Amino acid sequence: MLTALYVMIGLALLLGIVLGYSALKFKVEGDPLIARIDAILPQTQCGQCGYPGCKPYATAIAKGEADINQCPPGGDAGVHALADLLGVEYKPLNAEHGEPKPKSVAVIDENVCIGCTLCIQACPVDAILGAAKHMHTVIASECTGCELCVAPCPVDCISMEPIAESPANWKWRYPVFEIKPERPVQKKSAA
Amino acid sequence: MNAIVNISRLLKDRLAKTGLSRFKGGVHPPQHKLESTTSPIRSVPVPKYLVLPLRQHVGNVSKLQVATGDHVLKGQLLAKADGQVSAAVHAPTSGVIASIGNQLIPHPSGLPDISITLESDGKDQWIERQALDYLAMSKPELLDHLREAGVVGLGGATFPSHIKLREDTRHPVRTLIINGAECEPYITCDDMLMRERADEIVRGIEIMRYLLDAEVCAIGIEDNKPEAIRAMREAVAKSEIAINVIAVPTIYPGGGAKQLIKVITGKEVPSGRLPTEIGVQCFNVATAYSVHRVVNHGEPVISRVVTVTGNVAHAGNYEAPLGISISELVQLAGGQAEDGDLIMGGPMMGFNLPAVDVPVVKATNCIIVPSAEMFPDPEPALPCIRCTRCADACPVNLQPQELYWFSKSQNLEKAREYDIFDCIECGCCTYVCPSNIPLVQYYRYAKSEIIAQDRAKEAADIARERNEFRLMRIEREKQERAQKHAQKAAGAKAETGADNAVEAAKKAAIAAAVERAKAQKAEVVAKNTEAVSPRVEAEIAKIEARRAQQPEPLRQPEQAQLFAESQEAEVTSASSQVESLQPLSKDKQPTEEAK
Ligand code: SF4
Ligand code: SF4
Ligand code: SF4
Ligand code: SF4
Repeated sequence: MLTALYVMIGLALLLGIVLGYSALKFKVEGDPLIARIDAILPQTQCGQCGYPGCKPYATAIAKGEADINQCPPGGDAGVHALADLLGVEYKPLNAEHGEPKPKSVAVIDENVCIGCTLCIQACPVDAILGAAKHMHTVIASECTGCELCVAPCPVDCISMEPIAESPANWKWRYPVFEIKPERPVQKKSAA
Repeated sequence: MNAIVNISRLLKDRLAKTGLSRFKGGVHPPQHKLESTTSPIRSVPVPKYLVLPLRQHVGNVSKLQVATGDHVLKGQLLAKADGQVSAAVHAPTSGVIASIGNQLIPHPSGLPDISITLESDGKDQWIERQALDYLAMSKPELLDHLREAGVVGLGGATFPSHIKLREDTRHPVRTLIINGAECEPYITCDDMLMRERADEIVRGIEIMRYLLDAEVCAIGIEDNKPEAIRAMREAVAKSEIAINVIAVPTIYPGGGAKQLIKVITGKEVPSGRLPTEIGVQCFNVATAYSVHRVVNHGEPVISRVVTVTGNVAHAGNYEAPLGISISELVQLAGGQAEDGDLIMGGPMMGFNLPAVDVPVVKATNCIIVPSAEMFPDPEPALPCIRCTRCADACPVNLQPQELYWFSKSQNLEKAREYDIFDCIECGCCTYVCPSNIPLVQYYRYAKSEIIAQDRAKEAADIARERNEFRLMRIEREKQERAQKHAQKAAGAKAETGADNAVEAAKKAAIAAAVERAKAQKAEVVAKNTEAVSPRVEAEIAKIEARRAQQPEPLRQPEQAQLFAESQEAEVTSASSQVESLQPLSKDKQPTEEAK
């Protein structure tokens, strides 16, 4: 009887130590829910959701302060993903925050640019390169298309250009049945 | 159903005799190979204009090496490989670069891509060609040569060959398999190449074997090509290395790399892995041939054999210069090409060309000009009845009906989970489906959608990182600024410290003066205090006591302290004075401080 008691107490102590140790050792930094929401957001950092970036919006959703349908760059798919993650009802994008647009990149007209560095200060991902009084340019591969650099430019030399479809980024279309296909369907390029 | 069971049993018996394995599934579509094998490979006159896309291979777009107006010779480098996974582009004839810009390319999208247009000067003049003594070269050097010569897999995948020919110490290649199976209906370019140029192919295989140091070397040819098998057997008999020519059973898709490897070696390449991981590497016969042309003749890849068949007067194989317009080639074969009509590749895995005025590229193995009789209109698609015939036919052991369901409902994560990326788009499932569902189209859609999503995710991750870095940088700059302020404040304090020192030095001087005065005073104090009468002694004590009450003795500890301070201050003042050479302002401050 007593041995059993000792064994149980011993076990309890041991497991307690193990648990206590692992709680310290494997401590999760930050809120995992925020990170998971942030992982769904498109990271355009445009602020259209009403927060100064994707992470603050994710934090607001996690706290229950913001709705899931405020991110236009994430589109409908983004809202669906958020609804799935949080186990809430899907709702269409809130038009107040803007409409989804085709993905674009900023282009600086290098002949007009006066080198004021205002756009550099606006860009949330450091995608603009340049120095004071020198011509600036956008690193297209890093630009998220957030449009934040467009408004600050005093000479209006920044324009947003949609990314054109090319053989490199082209996607097969969703198959649509034709009423009377002309050829065996498996050879169709895109219906 | 019974017939199918019988056939598969028969097949198993035969395989048991030959010692080959077989892969699961597969179908037997009508071959249609005879039409294009009646005449030898025909050469094609060089046309006036050639269009050479810079993206003819898997990997990075080649880097342009010429400008509009340049005169180039046949075989001259036009664009070089950019990085390792890339291949070079060469001039298929001599002439002038007419333009460089977007041109339509043979792609299911029908979109244009950057291409070089070469205007032939009609002379077809070669650059200086030099055969390589490859046994005397180091392997990396030889691989670089192949990269410079634009050698890619000519079976249709167009993966740069020099990468597959690199020796990998982690996964040494023990078995080299040369793919001459050519399982897809209508296509006969490899068949004709083996029949006519068997010796050259074997030379190429010897070079590949040397590069990979493979122990075993085998050529797999489907048994519906007896002439090719015979020609290859004769050629390997003359070779110094042992190469097996293996007749594999004709069953579609027996020419798929993983399927052929399974048949010949009996080994299964695991899902999502490369054949090298089980010690096997696989190349197309046409690739072996181009390796031979590069190494033994110094000729880069500037032409390829293309099967033109179907509704044409002279169906057959044509050795076409890369860049010739496909409609021109079809006309040469006595056919008519209409936009959206032609099929590039075979009927099972190929695609409809949205435009016909596109160039022949390294991937163009076959052009089919269809007619209404050859490809009658399919029955309209019906709902899936879950008969699982597609699963029986799938050579990769997938569940096509499930993949169809997930792709159709755009449940992409599920499709990925069900290994949609193992699908080789062979079309067996579509071929057997009794409901006529265009299954492969759904898989292509789902795959490209998943790839696009993955890319977007990658871009988002980079953007998040850059944004976080920016926020961190801003924070750091703020801190640095704060620190600078703090430093400035500290600097000011250090200055006052220095002033204190000056002050202290002054005080010390005063203290020293006081000390001196005291000493003088001490001298003045009467020395004859010994041996005096008690009355006088009492007098002295009284006077001393009175003196002790005077302020001077009180000041003494203060003086000692001041002195110590002055000692310290000398050190600090020396250094701080160097730092801030402003003795004038300093002089003012201490007075304030002192107050
Ligand atoms: S709207 Fe979307 S992309 Fe823009 S900052 Fe908000 S969460 Fe990020
Ligand atoms: S360059 Fe302009 S549009 Fe692009 S990420 Fe920066 S601020 Fe946004
Ligand atoms: S063969 Fe066609 S009908 Fe049968 S299970 Fe597969 S997709 Fe469905
Ligand atoms: S197309 Fe894909 S799913 Fe269909 S049989 Fe071929 S490998 Fe299997």
